[in-house]
Amino acid sequence: MSLQATTSQTVGPYFKIGFQWLNRDNLVGEGVSGERVTIQGQVFDGDGVPVPDAILEIWQANAHGKYDHPEDIQDKPLEPGFKGYGRVPTSAEGAFRFVTIKPGPVPGPDGKEQAPHLLVSVFMRGVLRRFVTRIYFPDEPRNDADFILNLVDPARRSTLIAKKVAGAPGALEWNVVLQGPEETVFFDLGL
Amino acid sequence: MKRVAAYRAVYPGTQPSHLHPPYVSSIKRAPTKPQVPIPYTLSEVTGPAFGPEIVAPKANDLTRQHSGEPMGERIIVSGRVLDENSRPLANTLVEIWQANAAGRYLHEGDQHKAPLDPNFTGCGQAVTDAEGCYRFVTIRPGEYPWRNHYNAWRPAHIHFSLFGPAFATRLVTQMYFPGDPLIPFDPIFNCTADEKARNRLISVFDWETTMPEHALGYRFDIILRGREATPMEE
Repeated sequence: MSLQATTSQTVGPYFKIGFQWLNRDNLVGEGVSGERVTIQGQVFDGDGVPVPDAILEIWQANAHGKYDHPEDIQDKPLEPGFKGYGRVPTSAEGAFRFVTIKPGPVPGPDGKEQAPHLLVSVFMRGVLRRFVTRIYFPDEPRNDADFILNLVDPARRSTLIAKKVAGAPGALEWNVVLQGPEETVFFDLGL
Repeated sequence: MKRVAAYRAVYPGTQPSHLHPPYVSSIKRAPTKPQVPIPYTLSEVTGPAFGPEIVAPKANDLTRQHSGEPMGERIIVSGRVLDENSRPLANTLVEIWQANAAGRYLHEGDQHKAPLDPNFTGCGQAVTDAEGCYRFVTIRPGEYPWRNHYNAWRPAHIHFSLFGPAFATRLVTQMYFPGDPLIPFDPIFNCTADEKARNRLISVFDWETTMPEHALGYRFDIILRGREATPMEE
């Protein structure tokens, strides 16, 4: 028998009471290898106003390019201190910040490696179905050949690539812009 | 090289569009540019896993989180979590949150002039068992006003959040109660075009789980996205 997936609904304005027990803004446990990065940014609505009631969820591979998941059967090591899950709400100023490591490359649909990336789900009041996007890394030579990035209009690719923060080693800036010329690229997975 | 097996595309009309103008908050928050279709990769078919140990033993009983009992009508909300291929999804984290019996959330942003209940926080967690079943004990949430339009009231509802086996299966939804007169007027409930699909958000009164002299039972089954049958060969 074939069923239809339950329809999505907004998280509404009060998701904090349901989500905060599993908030995680530091993905890096003890003994985890890889380059530490702090990713910070803001969420902006169609008027350019920061969104104080959004929440981001992160999913990523470890520094070896291995996901902590049974379907990842690559011969690469897992690290007990790294699950790859993050959940970060925005502040009253619409800002978020989390600490993680730059993941290693994982296989792509063309049989080649994908450039290192984080998957992001974005939820907020007013959003009936989550947004799905990715964060890529600056100065990463694999970006140019990345299968997914190459599906995106070149003029919009920069919305997916975090920028270095001047004078702050390891700090990256990446914003979520919901509308307008700088609108973040969101992906359609047929969901 | 095998491609990963994709998750099935949504059946038309059964999921909301991002822009639904009757729900005013969607107007400034819905993207204006088309979303970019991408194939599934290992990134999307994996996802965070949470075992039963992450949930406190009584986290599924919202009536026993304080010294006293919360005000309101005690209810039991239970159901099964399946995928679109009718496969039960075991070990899946289910998070819920809701207003109290007076229609007030324990949240600083909720300024509705209704009393807070010192014995009710309004959030719970459960992990599905081997058959995909979950069960919560809670109180029936109250309806509450909001400012979407003149005299707007949300029907009674419980927010549900589920992870499922992959990034692709993540779902946040709301459960409603049968016979609620506010449902036909609610722009959030009505955001899904397909009438049958949105009506599946309404729980069913259930004698099987109703406990004599204790609590009414409501059943709410949840379907997460399922895989395509076979991976594409290259």
